Amino acid sequence: MKTDIKISARNINFYYGKNQVLFNNNLDIHANRITAVIGPSGCGKSTHLRIYNRIFELYRNQKATGELILDGKNILAPGIDLLQLRHRVGMIFQKPTPFPMSIADNVAYPLRLHYHLNRKEQAERVEQALRSASLWDEVKDKLHTSGMALSGGQQQRLCIARALAAEPEVLLMDEPTSAIDPVATLRIEELVQNLKKQYTIVIVTHNMQQAARISDRTAFFYKGRIVEEGETSRIFTNPTHKQTEDYITGRFG
Amino acid sequence: MQQTDTIFRIICQIGAFLPLLLVAGILSQLCVHSTDAWEHFGLSFLWGSNWDPSVEDYGALPHVLGTLLTTFLSLFLAIPLSFAVALLITESPEWLNRPLSHCVDLLAAIPSVIYGMWGLFVLVPIMQEYVQPLLTDMFGLIPLPGTAWIWGEDGGGFGFLTAGIILALMVLPYMCAVMRDVFRMTPPMLRESAYGLGCTRMEVTRDVVMRYGIRGILGGIFIGMGRALGETMAVLFVIGNVMDLPSGLFSCGTTIAATLANNFAEATGLQQSALFALGLVLLLMSFSIQLLTRYYLHRVEVVRGETY
Repeated sequence: MKTDIKISARNINFYYGKNQVLFNNNLDIHANRITAVIGPSGCGKSTHLRIYNRIFELYRNQKATGELILDGKNILAPGIDLLQLRHRVGMIFQKPTPFPMSIADNVAYPLRLHYHLNRKEQAERVEQALRSASLWDEVKDKLHTSGMALSGGQQQRLCIARALAAEPEVLLMDEPTSAIDPVATLRIEELVQNLKKQYTIVIVTHNMQQAARISDRTAFFYKGRIVEEGETSRIFTNPTHKQTEDYITGRFG
Repeated sequence: MQQTDTIFRIICQIGAFLPLLLVAGILSQLCVHSTDAWEHFGLSFLWGSNWDPSVEDYGALPHVLGTLLTTFLSLFLAIPLSFAVALLITESPEWLNRPLSHCVDLLAAIPSVIYGMWGLFVLVPIMQEYVQPLLTDMFGLIPLPGTAWIWGEDGGGFGFLTAGIILALMVLPYMCAVMRDVFRMTPPMLRESAYGLGCTRMEVTRDVVMRYGIRGILGGIFIGMGRALGETMAVLFVIGNVMDLPSGLFSCGTTIAATLANNFAEATGLQQSALFALGLVLLLMSFSIQLLTRYYLHRVEVVRGETY
């Protein structure tokens, strides 16, 4: 199946201070596909993801070198508008991060940042985002109560709705279900699969079954290097590297 | 073993009940000693504006208003200032935020009498020479009738505004320390998710960090307020100690604490009782601020869905 390349990481190295944690990462992210990033903890998979929206730059001692091409443009180059980049590349975190405001305001927040909408348009977009995150039916009667009063799974879907409201092109998910119970996790996995029609998704997960269930492509990280990447079905049935095989068969990790 | 535990328990119990006893004791003493004044003046003591030992007529209003005016002036100045300082400390790199942080903490270690002396010898002349003329000129340009009443009678550098400035400096470290901790407590992931949506620094601070830490920020403000209400020594030096109703920001006046400190030594009879009554009023003012804070914080929690 031929698909477009949305993001292309080339020779990415990453440093915490003087400590190098990513080595020469090369990875293509296909448009409208779900790419799973797997590997044992501490292998650099989250770090790799955090380069895609340059969120790591909030911390002074972190540095990335190499090129990250998004739609033909190197976003690691100087002069990139970070606000614009983060508008295009949304992110979901390990724990739900609802803002201390109402459900509706949480979703409307990015709309207020990036668009000038009237009340009606805004309400429509909020509903649309909540529907896309399959949360609408559960919260439509309590839109003006606090987002922090929802259950963990609902909070995470609220965060997804908030990210979707900004209408990003790429959605980065950093172990989005690690703090959530199995039933809620299944709902989010279903949701993620529905979202790939419209978005390019990169999901970091420590859960190999999850990667196998939902992703189209998989990249296996080990000690800061990408050992192997390719179609998920091939990685899980016919890995070419010994390390990949050992990891997915549960011999370490 | 058991014996030492018993002794330990008793010591802890004594420690736990001591504050309770102290509060009850202070409150009852204030009540007992002020009964004369309350019997003589009734509740009209609260709005009486005279304070004249020669005719034995005492009223609390100038002192209460003076206390409120200096307190609110100091908060008005200190809140934005400590907010800015706290934010700078949390957001600046290590080499800057450490010394800055220590300096702010050191402000709290300066005895209030030093603030008072500094106020008297440095701030009062500056206010008289530069600040008051500047403010009068600036506001004089506004074509609004009656801006003069804001300033009131000129106290020559002494007065409410000067006291408010000194108090603002004194409460700054307390408010700043609390706000700094609040800003540091915001979960990094919450900040990251706001930045991840494409927020600027200001938007993250305003919409996420501040909202998240609103309880702490208010708590810090009320700690500062409590301190400003009761501060005596520094205010005494610069307020002018005139027992009149405040006529404006430049006017001399007094506060409850300043009046108590100035008059207690010589007071006897009804005047002493009136001073005790003033003390009671001050204590009740502090208490009600505490209660209001608690109530307000509780409301905030309910609205934000943290209490069910």
